[in-house]
Amino acid sequence: MASDRIFGLVTLFVALAYIASATQIQTSFLTDPVGPKAFPMLIGAVAALCSLVMIIKPDPDPDWPAARTWGALAVAVVVLIIYAFTLKPFGFVIPTIAAAGILSYQISPRPVAAALSGLGLSIGLYVLFKYALGLSLAGFPKGWF
Amino acid sequence: MEIFANLALGFGIALSPFTLALAVAGCFLGTIIGALPGLGPSNGVAILIPLTFTMGLDATSALVLMTSVYYGAMYGGRISSILLNIPGDEPALMTTLDGYPMARQGRAGDALVLSGVASFVGAFLATVGLMLLAPMLARVAYLFGPAEYFALYLLAFCTLGGMASNNQAKAALASCIGLGIAMIGVDSSSGLPRLTGGNLHLYDGIDFLVAIVGLFAIAEVFFFIESHGKGSSIGVKLDKVRIPWKDIMDTKWTMLRASGVGFIAGILPGAGASLGSFLAYMSEKSIAGEKGGFGTGVAKGVAAPEAGNNSAAGGALVPMLTLGVPGSGTTAVLLALLMTLNITPGPTLFTERPEVVWGLIASLLIANVVLLLMNVPMVKIFVKVLMVPAWVLLPGVTMISFVGIYSLSGSYFDLLLMVGFGVLGYILRKLDIPTVPVILGILLGGNMEDALRRAMVLSDGDAMFLFSTPIAVGLWIAAIAGFVAPMFLRGVLKKPPAITD
Repeated sequence: MASDRIFGLVTLFVALAYIASATQIQTSFLTDPVGPKAFPMLIGAVAALCSLVMIIKPDPDPDWPAARTWGALAVAVVVLIIYAFTLKPFGFVIPTIAAAGILSYQISPRPVAAALSGLGLSIGLYVLFKYALGLSLAGFPKGWF
Repeated sequence: MEIFANLALGFGIALSPFTLALAVAGCFLGTIIGALPGLGPSNGVAILIPLTFTMGLDATSALVLMTSVYYGAMYGGRISSILLNIPGDEPALMTTLDGYPMARQGRAGDALVLSGVASFVGAFLATVGLMLLAPMLARVAYLFGPAEYFALYLLAFCTLGGMASNNQAKAALASCIGLGIAMIGVDSSSGLPRLTGGNLHLYDGIDFLVAIVGLFAIAEVFFFIESHGKGSSIGVKLDKVRIPWKDIMDTKWTMLRASGVGFIAGILPGAGASLGSFLAYMSEKSIAGEKGGFGTGVAKGVAAPEAGNNSAAGGALVPMLTLGVPGSGTTAVLLALLMTLNITPGPTLFTERPEVVWGLIASLLIANVVLLLMNVPMVKIFVKVLMVPAWVLLPGVTMISFVGIYSLSGSYFDLLLMVGFGVLGYILRKLDIPTVPVILGILLGGNMEDALRRAMVLSDGDAMFLFSTPIAVGLWIAAIAGFVAPMFLRGVLKKPPAITD
């Protein structure tokens, strides 16, 4: 009950904000009968209506994971964000060992197996991308080799 | 015969040694992708699109490779359904109902071969149907103006929403999320930025590949972290694999009927393969009656959903190629592939670029034969692939997704967006909000708005123009019926419960 209501409330606000920002769209002097504002506003209105229905008639709650699993999921998201930022400056191999290892540990908490799968995936995929598929992928930080 | 001349053209393109090699590689890869639990056809094709793009394949080769992967994944989905009782993809769900009990009776090999043959029959007949029906529909599609196209897009969202979810409001909300995302970027007719919040990265809009990979692949990783990769070990032993001739002969009419049902379900915009396998199974169950023993591991219960599922996968290509409106999640991803290759599906595709259409059809036929030959003797190898533990597989999928998206634009911004879509996908699926309408919205949002605006330019702002032709009115009625009807049919269309140990 509660999760549908919360999600409905969030999407309702997003939809209203979307409509509000759609009213701010610049129109050019060359315009058609519909213009660039109408369709986004229509979408926002339908979304707001759906959100209201979700708030009024919520479905039963799904099985949300326990607090510890939420922690693991948050760690995974943070790792992926850091990975996105480090992929360019540090090359493929080193960030991938870390990120793949940590993700593997989150799925099955065995440190040695996780570290090995991180190392194996990183090197294996690098060889696959670089030599088998011929992608121009920087493997290591600039100036190492 | 025009069809044979066209087919000859298609085979001329698809039968070169290089494209044949690509077809074989694609089938192999596709079967593996389909077999691995949690890596369905949509997922697999989505991850591979950016990679094929950066490998610099030309349009035809890329199309051959990806359609082989698509068909391969449809074949592969049955392997984990039968051996693990976990559907490799959503349409394979119905195969678990009789496939898993059959495997537990020690007939896993028979079930695998039989379902492989059924898949072949379904996919082959659907490809023939596609050859016959698509050119006809393409001629009808010439009658479509902007008003009809607007109604058609609406129909796709309504039927997809009606079928994909148990809650109409949630399905419509998902479509709105997708459409809303599609609006971001530079407006195509005025040339001014919309809803970008001043962020330069958003001026080009959000690439649908980023959204697809995020919503499908990255979200899957979060689900595996939640479940700690449980339920991915083999519980059934696979003995010697023989060809069960008797079962194949016994189920030949079942396969033919299921293919017909599946093909029709596949053609309906938005319905797709899941509905095809569902309807095929249910209709065969009612034909067999109480004595048929459906649900206890009978051959017909394995053959029907597999033929229906693969036939629907072929049928879904009909509206996608002729009208540019995909019939399912995976065809939405294939549409994304065509758009990436700068091919616009629609009636003009058949006259202007026949080599693409007929090359595609020829490669479907080739992929089909390759899959049958590959699946019967090599099924043991594919079963071995199921042993890959989730803690190696999922990090690997993540890294491949990152490299694929990164190679599209080389910007960290797309990677962050992808992670964001992954989180969104996790929350949406948790709340039972379907994610396929989101993808469809992002893919079709721009076209839908263009159709509306062009219609309004033609009529000088008169909204009644949208209902001015019989085709448009018919599509509107179908759209409303497709959205409303499932609310009342929910009791009838209830899915049978899965078999539990």
